Amino acid sequence: MFANYDINFIIFGIMPYVALTVFLVGSIARYERDAFTWKSSSSQLLRSKQLIWGSILFHVGILIVFFGHLVGLFTPIWVLDTLGVPYGLKQWMAVLIGGPAGLAALVGGTMLIHRRLTDPRIRATSSTLDILILLLIWLQLAIGLLTITQSLQHMDGAEMIRFMEWSQSVVTWNINAWTTVVDVHWLFKLHIFLGLIITMLFPFTRLVHIWSGFAAPFRYLLARSGYQIVRSRRRRPLEERRRAFDKRQGQRGPSASTPAE
Amino acid sequence: MRVRAQIGKVLNLDKCIGCHTCSVTCKNVWTTREGVEYAWFNNVETKPGTGYPTDWENQKRWNGGWVRSASGKLHPKQGSKWRILANIFANPSMPEIDDYYEPFDFDYDHLKSAPDMTAFPTARPRSKITGERMEKIETGPNWEEILGGEFSKRSADYNFDQVQKDIYGEYENTFMMYLPRLCEHCLNPTCSASCPSGAIYKREEDGIVLIDQEKCRGWRMCITGCPYKKVYYNWDTGKSEKCTFCYPRIESGQPTVCSETCVGRIRYLGVILYDADKIEAAASAERETDLYGAQLDVFLDPNDPDVIAAARRDGVPEDWIEAAKVSPVWKMAMDWKVAFPLHPEYRTLPMVWYIPPLSPIQNAAQAGQIAMSDQMPDVRSLRIPVKYLANMLTAGDEEPIVSALERMSAMRLYMRALTVDGVRDEGVAARVGMSGRMIEDMYKIMAIADYEDRFAIPTAHREQNEHGADIRGGCGFTDGNGCSSGEAGKTSLFGGKKKSFALPQETF
Repeated sequence: MFANYDINFIIFGIMPYVALTVFLVGSIARYERDAFTWKSSSSQLLRSKQLIWGSILFHVGILIVFFGHLVGLFTPIWVLDTLGVPYGLKQWMAVLIGGPAGLAALVGGTMLIHRRLTDPRIRATSSTLDILILLLIWLQLAIGLLTITQSLQHMDGAEMIRFMEWSQSVVTWNINAWTTVVDVHWLFKLHIFLGLIITMLFPFTRLVHIWSGFAAPFRYLLARSGYQIVRSRRRRPLEERRRAFDKRQGQRGPSASTPAE
Repeated sequence: MRVRAQIGKVLNLDKCIGCHTCSVTCKNVWTTREGVEYAWFNNVETKPGTGYPTDWENQKRWNGGWVRSASGKLHPKQGSKWRILANIFANPSMPEIDDYYEPFDFDYDHLKSAPDMTAFPTARPRSKITGERMEKIETGPNWEEILGGEFSKRSADYNFDQVQKDIYGEYENTFMMYLPRLCEHCLNPTCSASCPSGAIYKREEDGIVLIDQEKCRGWRMCITGCPYKKVYYNWDTGKSEKCTFCYPRIESGQPTVCSETCVGRIRYLGVILYDADKIEAAASAERETDLYGAQLDVFLDPNDPDVIAAARRDGVPEDWIEAAKVSPVWKMAMDWKVAFPLHPEYRTLPMVWYIPPLSPIQNAAQAGQIAMSDQMPDVRSLRIPVKYLANMLTAGDEEPIVSALERMSAMRLYMRALTVDGVRDEGVAARVGMSGRMIEDMYKIMAIADYEDRFAIPTAHREQNEHGADIRGGCGFTDGNGCSSGEAGKTSLFGGKKKSFALPQETF
């Protein structure tokens, strides 16, 4: 189907770089220039029904799938060899963990699509891109699950290794990366192609909230010691103000415990 | 001691006439935009009632405010940080828009554009979300106005806790009062504590709690966190919004819009100095009934030379210290002890306080026999049960409420004696632990309530805050996305120019 030399080169050799550039530059530009539009676009206020189950299934499933792809594709092959992990075992793990997770995400996604298209409140407040990106992700999940039927026909992990090589070649600037995936089943090719399309749409849709979702635990748990946030617009912090005051007075100020603010 | 100043507020419920001018002027200024039609930064509820959003006081349902763990530590009732993050995909205890009301408008145009018909044309309601016809309006922003609806529904009111409420459903025994509500600008706000993005913050200079619209990601945890349900999710912009305490007005020394326009002159604004180091301990007081007293201990006496010295050292401007000395909020909360925090049991240390209302004597037929003791009406026989007010204002502790009501009754007696008989009845004043002078001062501020007595608002010190050069050509005060190139709710990434402006420094 996509056996043509040129189209493979464009999709698997060039497009990943275009997609990643649009993804990164677009995200940064939106964050910098248009922070007000950076949000999760939650519609829970308008209708909780179907959202609670749909959203949790969808998000938990897709996060497992996402990290599965991340670790699965980008773990250097020599690490597998050093640890002595058989490729077949790795593929079995991918199928057994990714399969149910993908299914959960698909079920959740179906619920969310149904809600978004049939609930008058959600429909009326949805943008075209909101609906498009949800449908694309659903399609991507469905194709991803369908590829399992292909994977199960050769569980030696050889084909999986090719995708690992391709991914790792792309991020290591190997221009011949595309040749490793030229003759895989068209389902895999479609899956990769759609993934790149979604990556390119990322900065222009509500998907930007994924960045914030990953940042939130770090911000909330690590960067914030307590619960409260106090902002000061005064140019000098409290300690500096106190030192300046004491200096002006030429004496020590009233004794006071001064925990760092 | 770490001295900070806050513009606090007191609402004298004894004088609220329920005219909703505060709500309407607030709405006209702040929330006439799409996405927040349903939001009332200020609303007035008729009590007893379940309020807006329905049943907001029921924290078993909404999980707002804080809880104190066995170890004495506080965490938001909806869960500690991990729990909140785990709920990020779907918040299990968030009200739906139907718990507020579905915003609607009427087909006014139909009244003039209808064709010739046998029946008179009507303006039927239409949803502001979907634009579709609404056959029946099920609820609205003030659905229980003047005891609207059955008592059986209204009496779900949380403040009836431990009150034999059935008799108040009877016509002869009924009672009502108004409760205007706005953001409490708490010392220990749960909304900001619940925000995973760190978008909600309290301002060091004036204590106003704000949401950074550029940092808000729409995780919706603040809506659950706030026990007063005063953070609203804008379904159009996908960001949370709340009462801003009209900070552009406060910064220039003007009262908030709701206070400025209050017909009954019930709203007071003034500086309160507080010790930021004491907040945590006060909010963690073991018994809920201790929370009111604990919050009083956080406030600092602006006439105490040590406090003044510490305030100067910590950078509280001189005019703010002077304003604190004449603050009507200080007088009512601290000198006269007639104002109380709304639901201190939420442990948020709210900074909008309320003076409980006096009410007629419960049983007029028996008025001569039981209601007066020593010419003083027995406040326990007033129509509004003291327990009800105590559940609302002091976590159920009746003593402070009784004392406040007695002082207010004594004020009436004293002033009647003074103006009718020309007698300064120090006896009445002494009976409630006050002096004639205090009562006359109280009368001037609470009853006469001149503009300059109600509002003592020092201006912000911009010279301490920002360099003129930094804000030149920058983004002024805007609403929503006015400063950004994108339109609200739309994805338009590139467009007009956005000029830089200095964001406040962040301190934890």
